[in-house]
Amino acid sequence: MAFSINDSCVNCWACLPLCPSHAIEANSGGATRFKIDPRKCTECDGDYADPQCSSICPIEGAILNSAGEALNPPGSLTGISPECFEKARIEIQERAR
Amino acid sequence: MKLKVLGQSEADSPDSVIKEGCSKKSCGSTNSQMSHLPEHIFEKVKNHPCYSEDAHHYYARMHVAVAPACNIQCHYCNRKYDCANESRPGVVSELLTPDQAVKKVIAVAAAIPQMTVLGIAGPGDPLANPDRTFETFRQLTNKAPDIKLCVSTNGLSLPEQVEELCRYNIDHVTITINCIDPEIGAKIHPWVFWKNRRVRGVKGAQILIEQQQKGLEMLVERGVLVKINSVLIPGVNDKHLSEVSKVVKSKGAFLHNVMPLISEVEHGTFYGIMGQRGPNARELSELQDECAGDMNMMRHCRQCRADAVGLLGEDRGAEFTLDKIEEMNVDYNAAMEKRAEVHAQIEAHRARKEQESVTWVANPLGDLPSNARPVLMAVATKGQGVVNQHFGHAKEFLIYEASPAGVRFIGHRRVDQYCSGDDNCGEGVLATTIRSLEGCEAVICSKIGYAPWGRLEEAGIIPNGEYAMDPIEDAVAGVYREMFKSGHLIIASNNELRA
Repeated sequence: MAFSINDSCVNCWACLPLCPSHAIEANSGGATRFKIDPRKCTECDGDYADPQCSSICPIEGAILNSAGEALNPPGSLTGISPECFEKARIEIQERAR
Repeated sequence: MKLKVLGQSEADSPDSVIKEGCSKKSCGSTNSQMSHLPEHIFEKVKNHPCYSEDAHHYYARMHVAVAPACNIQCHYCNRKYDCANESRPGVVSELLTPDQAVKKVIAVAAAIPQMTVLGIAGPGDPLANPDRTFETFRQLTNKAPDIKLCVSTNGLSLPEQVEELCRYNIDHVTITINCIDPEIGAKIHPWVFWKNRRVRGVKGAQILIEQQQKGLEMLVERGVLVKINSVLIPGVNDKHLSEVSKVVKSKGAFLHNVMPLISEVEHGTFYGIMGQRGPNARELSELQDECAGDMNMMRHCRQCRADAVGLLGEDRGAEFTLDKIEEMNVDYNAAMEKRAEVHAQIEAHRARKEQESVTWVANPLGDLPSNARPVLMAVATKGQGVVNQHFGHAKEFLIYEASPAGVRFIGHRRVDQYCSGDDNCGEGVLATTIRSLEGCEAVICSKIGYAPWGRLEEAGIIPNGEYAMDPIEDAVAGVYREMFKSGHLIIASNNELRA
């Protein structure tokens, strides 16, 4: 039972200080992105109702659950699902006319 | 052979420290802008380049990028922040630990004695990184007591941090407040991280707004100066910001800085990708004028990077990278003495100028009929308050308004601002430059090439290279007078009515 971080991580540091299990490692020593130590990660079970790293991560799809599924799937952070993307884009451009 | 250029500082000459970053003789309204401030506030801001228009000609600031994490999302921000070629808030090249940051500040303070202010502004939110931010402030309060500290925040965790903030040498805080209406807030801030949960939409925006207002009140109560930054987003908060201005003023904020949204698709921000446009220069200036009735407005902000170093409008960050500061050995006590000397010279220079300006108040255009319409002009200058830059070398233009009421500084416009990733030079840059001058009817520079001369005329802008080395206000007044004589100013031109 552990989360993981994939290559879309932008190394913004938001998750690291929040982890109650100190399972997140920064991109030091040649690593290009942050990592979760699977031996330490508890998915915040017993500490918080919501897993902390995925609750602050600003990048959709960067943090995965143990099944490899995105905890913040596409559209979940912008509030605009992929199907509504074009419609939203037109609305946004229209409102500034 | 290298020619000596007026306006560039000569090393070690006593006057070389008095280099003016932007170049206006008076920046328009320095005294009137600041004159109503109570004495204790005036004392705090008069040497702060980001708060006092006059000070930004003389004093430099720096930001250290120690605060990477953020606790909210703004649609104008991309959390990937490693571009070296862009200048905008939230962008940095090198993230520093507090120890590295302190070392950098000491090195810069010794090398640039005019540097009086150290700010922490990101690249995330300083107060979402309290350990790193406060460790930096704590060390600097002890090691470099002659440097003013300031911090810029989104305000979400401000109320909880006010006590800690007040322990250091901080007397200015900037809060970015884009709205006081959560419905509008939800269009700008899609979520906030609050009490260990992600809170989205209107509910999240409501929390952010409440925290910002509470933080503002708490700081004012403790006598900390608060400046409010707002990003002007057409179609989202453009109709709302004058209300924001009223409310923050009533709560005791002392300065409001309305900045244009920076939004290009290549920045990878939500707004950039979605095609949300930024305001044009006229929209920005109109809103600033509208708010000015209620509030002290700031117009010289350069929207600098979270690791900027130097005078406003310049960035000397590349001289102080980690590997370079590692080799610098600084005796800070000696540096402090030197700094005090330089500051005394600057103050003596400012006092002299202040005296001279008393004889300078006469309006050079007062004799023209009052129905002549006002005109905007762009000026190319490298500093010292004179027209001394070639049109083709100008990276920014200062915008002045001339009218029978006099010559007034309006703001600055950058050209060729962003790294677009290709070598799009020549024609493209000229077209961009001309676009950036929208609304201006004349360009005053020391020299200008034949081709751009023609292109400017086609665009309805009068090029003028006849005032090289003259004081800017004299040049603007002179061009206005010529326009008046040639009959340009009697009827409102169609150009003015163009969007």
